[in-house]
Amino acid sequence: MSGIPHDHYEPKTNGEKWLNSRLPIVGLLYDTLMIPTPKNLNWMWIWGIVLTFCLALQIVTGIVLVMHYTPHVDLAFASIEHIMRNVNGGYMLRYIHMNGASLFFVAVYIHIFRGLFYGSYKAPREITWIIGMLIYLMMMGTAFMGYVLPWGQMSFWGATVITGLFGAIPFVGEAIQTWLLGGPAVDNATLNRFFSLHYLLPFVIAALVIVHIWAFHTTGNNNPTGVEVRRTSKADAEKDTLPFWPYFVIKDLFALAVILVVFWAIVGYMPNYLGHPDNYIEANPLVTPAHIVPEWYFLPFYAILRAFTGEVWVVQFASFITGGIVDAKFFGVIAMFGAILAMALAPWLDTSTVRSGKYRPMFKWWFYLLIIDFFALMWLGAMPAEEPYATFSLIASAYWFGYFFVILPILGVIEKPLPQPETIEEDFNAHYGKADADATPAE
Amino acid sequence: MFKKLAIGAAFALALTPAASFAAGGGEQHIEDFHFSFEGPFGTWDQNQLQRGLQIYTEVCAACHGLRYVPLRDLEALGYSDEEVIAYSADNFEVFDPELDDFRPAIPTDHFPENNGVGAPDLSLMAKARAGFHGPYGLGINQFFKGMGGAEYIASLLDGYTGEEKEEAGTILYENKAFPGGWISMAPPLSEDQVEFTDGHPATVEAMSEDIAAFLMWTAEPKMMERKYSGFVGVLFLSLLSVLLYLVNKRLWAGVKGKKRD
Repeated sequence: MSGIPHDHYEPKTNGEKWLNSRLPIVGLLYDTLMIPTPKNLNWMWIWGIVLTFCLALQIVTGIVLVMHYTPHVDLAFASIEHIMRNVNGGYMLRYIHMNGASLFFVAVYIHIFRGLFYGSYKAPREITWIIGMLIYLMMMGTAFMGYVLPWGQMSFWGATVITGLFGAIPFVGEAIQTWLLGGPAVDNATLNRFFSLHYLLPFVIAALVIVHIWAFHTTGNNNPTGVEVRRTSKADAEKDTLPFWPYFVIKDLFALAVILVVFWAIVGYMPNYLGHPDNYIEANPLVTPAHIVPEWYFLPFYAILRAFTGEVWVVQFASFITGGIVDAKFFGVIAMFGAILAMALAPWLDTSTVRSGKYRPMFKWWFYLLIIDFFALMWLGAMPAEEPYATFSLIASAYWFGYFFVILPILGVIEKPLPQPETIEEDFNAHYGKADADATPAE
Repeated sequence: MFKKLAIGAAFALALTPAASFAAGGGEQHIEDFHFSFEGPFGTWDQNQLQRGLQIYTEVCAACHGLRYVPLRDLEALGYSDEEVIAYSADNFEVFDPELDDFRPAIPTDHFPENNGVGAPDLSLMAKARAGFHGPYGLGINQFFKGMGGAEYIASLLDGYTGEEKEEAGTILYENKAFPGGWISMAPPLSEDQVEFTDGHPATVEAMSEDIAAFLMWTAEPKMMERKYSGFVGVLFLSLLSVLLYLVNKRLWAGVKGKKRD
């Protein structure tokens, strides 16, 4: 493997040599596990492991749940109750899987915002970033379809609303919607294909995760300073890095254990806190719930979707110049997917040569505002579509796009960055000092 | 700064349930009843569940079903095999497709469905309603008080004002807990309607609490097992965290040396 110079696996025994000349799998695992990792990584770099754990957790609990679940409109809801009441440990399996999705999204959002702050998306890590965005999109698809499977009221009406978005596409929308649903409305065919895809997509995600890891193992990890590891020689590289095993494995496992304490407390004591009571009512196509609210992790983008109503001048303008083809509903759909696309384009929208937000005095504040904006959108996504929330949603949506399409390009030009450390070693030694370190004394 | 923000963010995320955002209807009044099963160490009050079953059988079952609850589960309420067999046979008839006829229920049957008059099934009612919301869609009330399904049921049954009105041929009854304030279910409970063998008072409020507790059990029969798993898991994971903290500290000590800032 190219990348940072480090020791590679050398087969020692005859058996190892025999295997290695036929299948170098031990070497691959060794190099992956011993990858030189910047030694100044902070606690924001633990979320990758948490995410990998979540994926494994969801796949394992999911596979067991499937053994007891029945994907049929008349039986699905009852089969969930069967799991909750009759299956050994079924209530735990299901609650872990349910809340596991929330943990997955908590982790992915922090992971994404970590990347946005420390400029992890910038060259040469664009491919890692794009793959990550694809994983995130697939996670959303998987979570959405998984939420339909219990066949509760929110499952049914959420599916109706979200698949309806595709119906907003001009000309071909209705045909696409019918194709997705397998019929004119959400019904047994929809439930069956969602079940099938909900089982398939996690494995596609797993494959993408491997590509994601492969990509950043080639470029090396970013780090809080954004300064690259020295690759001039193995000795230089070793001053900036430590092997992933054991240093970062143990650190990440410690963080994971702490996170799991909180997770387990939620599963054990308040498993329905993040859910919606209406999903304990079996799906009924004849009764619409008073408020159709998506799961919390979709709310920011749901708010953007709803923000662009026919009264907004941008929407009216778009409708005017396209001769009415782009109506308010379609505009909302474009805006929602555009909001995710904007993140994916960050590597090319950010013009600053400085990676880490730590050394970007103006960027910092705009970034903090983006986090506030994200929470504001999340809150607004759950509020009824009426004033003053509609106006707030519009402002918050505008900021989301403004950040990526206006602020990021301009900041790189007008901002005067702070001095960055020369090397990762310098940054590390500024925080920690061994007694025998040749750096400046601790006092 | 970013670290603190991100930790705060993670917390806020964890505390922001979608459910809380659904605005409550009108000015519902939900009394925060105290139930024995609340809190990390709360347990069922078995006598209360038995009283709740009695009220369900004598009053609610006339219109409402419990289709997801197997009768055999009643053993969890402290009844013996024989008592459950007798209870099933005495109170319910189920349709048996093999006989093509009705027969007395046996413990392997579920409580029968019952939606003849459009009354909703009660199996999951305590999880399908939220008593507490907000404030401002922030989920803080649910965090501290719980979702409040049982409180909602008790408040509803105890919330009739005595006012009624006719609307489009249906009589509606004013209720302080029901969204919108008017409900089509006539007040089901009245004082001393049920006679408890343990001599427990049968006021409307007491019965409302009993039936709410019973319906919490039908909705979440494994609550105690779940909380126990939660307790054991939190305990062991905390221990694991401490051990990993120490390992990590030891491991990095050789690299980090003394912290400078």
